[in-house]
Amino acid sequence: MDLAFTPSEQAFRAEVRAFLEKELPAEMARAVLEGLHVPAADTVRWQKILHRRGWGGPNWPREFGGTGWGPVEQWIFEEECAAAGAPRLLPFGLKMVGPVIMKFGSPEQQRRFLPRILSGDDWWCQGYSEPGSGSDLASLRTRAERRGDRYLVNGQKTWITLAQHADWIFSLVRTDPSAKAQAGISFLLVDMRSRGVTVRPIAMLDGRHEVNEVWFEDVEVPLGNLVGKENEGWTYAKFLLGHERTNIAGVGALKREMVRLKRIAGRETRRGRPLSQDPAFARRLAEVEIELMALELTNLRVVQAEAERRAPGPEASLLKIKGTELQQAVSELMMQAAGPHALPFRPEALDPGFAGEALGPEHAAPLAATYLNLRKASIYGGSNEIQKNIIAQAILRL
Amino acid sequence: MDLAFTPEQELLADQVRRFLAERYGFEARRAILRSREGWSRAVWAGLAEMGLLGLQVPEAHGGMGPAPVETLLAMTAFGKALLLEPYFSSAVVATALVGQLGSAAQQAEWLPALASGELVAAPAHGEPGTRHDLAFVSAAAARRGGGWSLTGHKAAVLHAPAAGLLLVSARTGGRPGEEAGISLFALRAGEKGLSLAPYRTFDGHLAAEVLLEGAAGELVGPEGGASPALEAGFDLGVAALCAEAVGAMQASLDATLDYVKARKQFGVPIGKFQALQHRLADMLIHLEQARSMSYLAAMRAGSADVRVRRRSISAAKVVVGKAGRFVGQQSVQLHGGMGVTDELMVSHHFRRLTAIELSLGDTEHHLERFVENA
Repeated sequence: MDLAFTPSEQAFRAEVRAFLEKELPAEMARAVLEGLHVPAADTVRWQKILHRRGWGGPNWPREFGGTGWGPVEQWIFEEECAAAGAPRLLPFGLKMVGPVIMKFGSPEQQRRFLPRILSGDDWWCQGYSEPGSGSDLASLRTRAERRGDRYLVNGQKTWITLAQHADWIFSLVRTDPSAKAQAGISFLLVDMRSRGVTVRPIAMLDGRHEVNEVWFEDVEVPLGNLVGKENEGWTYAKFLLGHERTNIAGVGALKREMVRLKRIAGRETRRGRPLSQDPAFARRLAEVEIELMALELTNLRVVQAEAERRAPGPEASLLKIKGTELQQAVSELMMQAAGPHALPFRPEALDPGFAGEALGPEHAAPLAATYLNLRKASIYGGSNEIQKNIIAQAILRL
Repeated sequence: MDLAFTPEQELLADQVRRFLAERYGFEARRAILRSREGWSRAVWAGLAEMGLLGLQVPEAHGGMGPAPVETLLAMTAFGKALLLEPYFSSAVVATALVGQLGSAAQQAEWLPALASGELVAAPAHGEPGTRHDLAFVSAAAARRGGGWSLTGHKAAVLHAPAAGLLLVSARTGGRPGEEAGISLFALRAGEKGLSLAPYRTFDGHLAAEVLLEGAAGELVGPEGGASPALEAGFDLGVAALCAEAVGAMQASLDATLDYVKARKQFGVPIGKFQALQHRLADMLIHLEQARSMSYLAAMRAGSADVRVRRRSISAAKVVVGKAGRFVGQQSVQLHGGMGVTDELMVSHHFRRLTAIELSLGDTEHHLERFVENA
């Protein structure tokens, strides 16, 4: 047992850090470090910068153009990127549909789709949830019927994150209405520019346009866009859920946010003293910091298990629960640190180019919006209640 | 970065677990608990045989120390079995204090005897007004002839009735609350002027109020300068308690899982009810977070950077304290009426977890210490 990283791991960290110092645009880092919005164009630009360095697929094997990094290197990479304020890489292509296409897609699909994920040329979104199918995803009703050399897709998907920027959507659709629940579902790749695809924004509590409804009305999809076998999509969806989740807790980003929280608590005052020196606030902050220390180690235990190919299984549920709870706790403390300064609602102040006058201290502008926005964290990706069901069944065998 | 154990360490852990499974089942433990002495010298000899009493003793004195990972594994196993023997006091804290503060002669005299199990020692530090703050020592030592004479009251001294040697802190200078001026003294059991009012703690461990009325003590370490070593020794103790608590939590959760799978109400095992499933999932999360922190505590207890050591140890005690409270209380709750009887191990684990949270600084104390060492 040794908490120190090995010399080669440290050398790798230095290499990543040097790259970030040189290549990460300052205005991008500023937006991330101050909790402002990162424009979609910057997310793509950052993917392209990484791709030029050969790091477009930090979690991908070499044979598909990825870095071939092991779990520990991926951990270090994510930690350094988060600390430096690099925009979060889009998970939909890199961590979701990419690995599914690698594992179950045809060679043609692999040639066609994978390079464009790495290069940032295709923006993917995830078409899973429907108005009537949230936690009970297998009850989904969007259907795809064969019509000659294509499918005809009809239905409605919802909570589609950033669909407004997407080129493609990977979607779970029902291809066999007579089969029971999971059995008749297929995994289909749909071009967002197809006729009959409509994206409608959903107004959210923080004033942002982040999620959408996506409607399919007689959308024609070539049979070649089916991944794997018809009616086996549920297997692929499950593979995706058990894959690439060792960084689901977002410990790197949490550590960065913890630094921001301390900075804010050092600037805000109570009774003439920095809030960070207020005993009650300092304790609440410490409780969150200590929980994060524990989560980091728990996560590293899972990373090591993965590196040694001891299957990382349902522990991902534990990481998801604790990670999202801490994201919410940190954002709550930031907002409370700002107190009344967090009240003004001005979404435009969160755009990196905002030139208007700040209301109150500058750090306060994004705090309430972030707090409100992060309520989603314990709901998406399998709500935390669903994660506890998974723990109960898969780990505790109840 | 390596958070796993070596094959040798796994082997030792297996050996300890087998020993305890054979020698420390529920009934065997109950017999020890009800015995007049309250601990078993035969078990103690078994621990010595496996080398466990020498984990803080350097090789030169017949031990294999320092061995933080082995200590972690042993304490976790003890936590499952709920060992009543004075391991934590003698083989961890007292042995570490002798190693840190003892002169060459004192080390040569005591360390081999501690490692072989011949000598049992216990630190006597806390006082009625100390609470968790190590610097609040009022007991006093005055020079008498060529030696020292001690007066004062040491409260809730764990395992004192089993100890042949007490390591007693007392002031040779300064005032209560000051770190400077605290010295450590060795007192033989039965020394004139040293009296014990022995009792059991609610989790079945031996303890005593220790009264010092002009008892002769032998100075261990620098006069007035024992504080840093005391703090380091007790930090090592916290790390050991964290590991013990993890073992107790694991056993408690395992027993509760068995129970909810077997116990039927409304025609189904109660473990099928989601309210209980989510509670058990929360217990597992607490346990795994605590386990991670027990590793951190073990690795950082010997850190040369005092601030890092303090923060890591205190953070671990906070996580373990909260986790132990949750897992202990909920294990009892999910056992229903059976949980509050003396007949099942689960109430014994609960009592031990409760005692651990109160020992060597509670959750509030360590949260404050973490903040102070930011």
